[in-house]
Amino acid sequence: MAAVSNLKNMVLSLTLVCLVCSAILGGVFAMTSAPIKAAEAAKTNASIARVLPDFESEPAKESVTVDGTEYVYYRVPGTGYAIISTVGGFGGPLTLMVGIDEKGIICNTVVLSHSETPGLGAKCQTDASFIDQFKGWDPAAKKLAVTKDGGEVDAITASTITSRAYSAAIANAYSVYLKLGGNE
Amino acid sequence: MSKLGLITKGLIKENPTFVLVLGMCPTLATTTSAMNGLEMGLATMFVLILSNIVISLIAPVVPDKVHIPVYIVVIATFVTVLQLLMQAYVPQVYETLGLFIPLIVVNCIVLGRAEAFACKNSVGDSALDGIGIGIGFTLSLTVIGIVREILGSGSIFGWKFIAGDGILAFVMAPGAFLVLGYLMVLFNKLAKR
Amino acid sequence: MAEYLLIIVSAIFVNNIVLAQFLGVCPFMGVSNKLSTATGMSGAVCFVITLATVVTYLINKYFLVPLGLTFLQTIAFILVIAALVQIVEIVLKKISPSLYQALGIFLPLITTNCAVLGVAINVVTKEFTFGDAAHMLNLGEATVYALATSLGYGLAMVLFAGMREQLAQSDVPESFKGLPIAFITVGIMAMAFLGFSGIV
Repeated sequence: MAAVSNLKNMVLSLTLVCLVCSAILGGVFAMTSAPIKAAEAAKTNASIARVLPDFESEPAKESVTVDGTEYVYYRVPGTGYAIISTVGGFGGPLTLMVGIDEKGIICNTVVLSHSETPGLGAKCQTDASFIDQFKGWDPAAKKLAVTKDGGEVDAITASTITSRAYSAAIANAYSVYLKLGGNE
Repeated sequence: MSKLGLITKGLIKENPTFVLVLGMCPTLATTTSAMNGLEMGLATMFVLILSNIVISLIAPVVPDKVHIPVYIVVIATFVTVLQLLMQAYVPQVYETLGLFIPLIVVNCIVLGRAEAFACKNSVGDSALDGIGIGIGFTLSLTVIGIVREILGSGSIFGWKFIAGDGILAFVMAPGAFLVLGYLMVLFNKLAKR
Repeated sequence: MAEYLLIIVSAIFVNNIVLAQFLGVCPFMGVSNKLSTATGMSGAVCFVITLATVVTYLINKYFLVPLGLTFLQTIAFILVIAALVQIVEIVLKKISPSLYQALGIFLPLITTNCAVLGVAINVVTKEFTFGDAAHMLNLGEATVYALATSLGYGLAMVLFAGMREQLAQSDVPESFKGLPIAFITVGIMAMAFLGFSGIV
């Protein structure tokens, strides 16, 4: 039932299949690239809206290098910055978006991605008493470190490493803010 | 085999998870909750049905020696189509399932059905076979997801029935192996009746 | 140097590819019946994962990314892996028949081992944190990561094969015989490996 396996047939069928498949993929890619971009933008905007108070102007994506690490951030004129900061957590990278207003006060934080232990470190996404303590935090006055390390952050029970990473990520974001000349 | 038989055989007789023991990686990795298991099953079913249809169409003209590479290209194409569609329309689901969407390419179920069934049968039967095996796979994943979610998080499909946490080990890696092992025991026991 | 050490420990123990990431479970279950086949398979996997990761890393960096074709990653990677496995098979047959005899029968199985594709995709899409800030791996780190990951695969496989040989002689209830008890054993093993989490 199958065609003869001579060299011509084999090369021909493989080439043909590859061509047709690439064409289909090219088509689907062209079709979906706009919705994919829109979905990504919607996600970013939703995060920015969570970490910064109501804003009207369009956030502008920019990046800056602090201590050899490149940080991406969104500048919202008249409101503040939404800074993306990644540190090593307990199970892998922990990425936060930190909203800092123009006076250098932290508005809110949101976890963009993490690989912390479910039910323990992963609570950094849901535990309101942990997350809410950072709202209105002034890093210039209160030290961003867990109480064990001499700071003022109340750690999540049994998840000191995650809490430490979370605090460090915010502290990094704050140093980005300082570099941006926030306290003019 | 009757048309109905083609669809129902994936449920018990040729259940891809508990009897054929194929496609273990997504089965273990994505079943942390019932919803995740269901979504992974549906994603695999999408690729399975389409690749079965196309492969049954092209099988007669594909030279024997290159049939595996050709099938892999066909499957990889549908997987990429799925990836793009998911990124565009259900980005959250795509993020949860992550790596295991591209890995459908190497899911032994898909290539296995192409080799064992689609290349020898009509388009209609191959599509039904894809649906049947796909449903079997989806159901198995959902069941594993339900068990792990009940034990690990104390909820079903996100609806919490106990306050606080469940037995966390079941959401983590060891729980996946344990639940699958014990469900297999149960399946063996019931299938023997 | 310290960073490479962290990569190695993390890839072998903390994020063990089978026991924590669930990659390559099918062959892990399939060939771990005997210690000798498990060792052979581990060797072959080690070889192919490292080679495939390096090749796909280069293809991604110098071909797919500059051309804006990253959506072809899956299809390109699987073809590269399939071709690579074929080449390795042919070369091995020519230059080292003894090694070919030991690894040869496992090679065709490796194309569909999701560990190979999984590691290749992970390396080019995920950010890693080893010690300091999160970043994408460079070629050297990617190579070390791939090698260490596959060593972790080998470790889990050889340990498990040893247990399964013992298991084969024990009196196991009828319904548990074969794979069910094997999965439960791996579950307990995975629990032991959980103890490593957090050390890196």
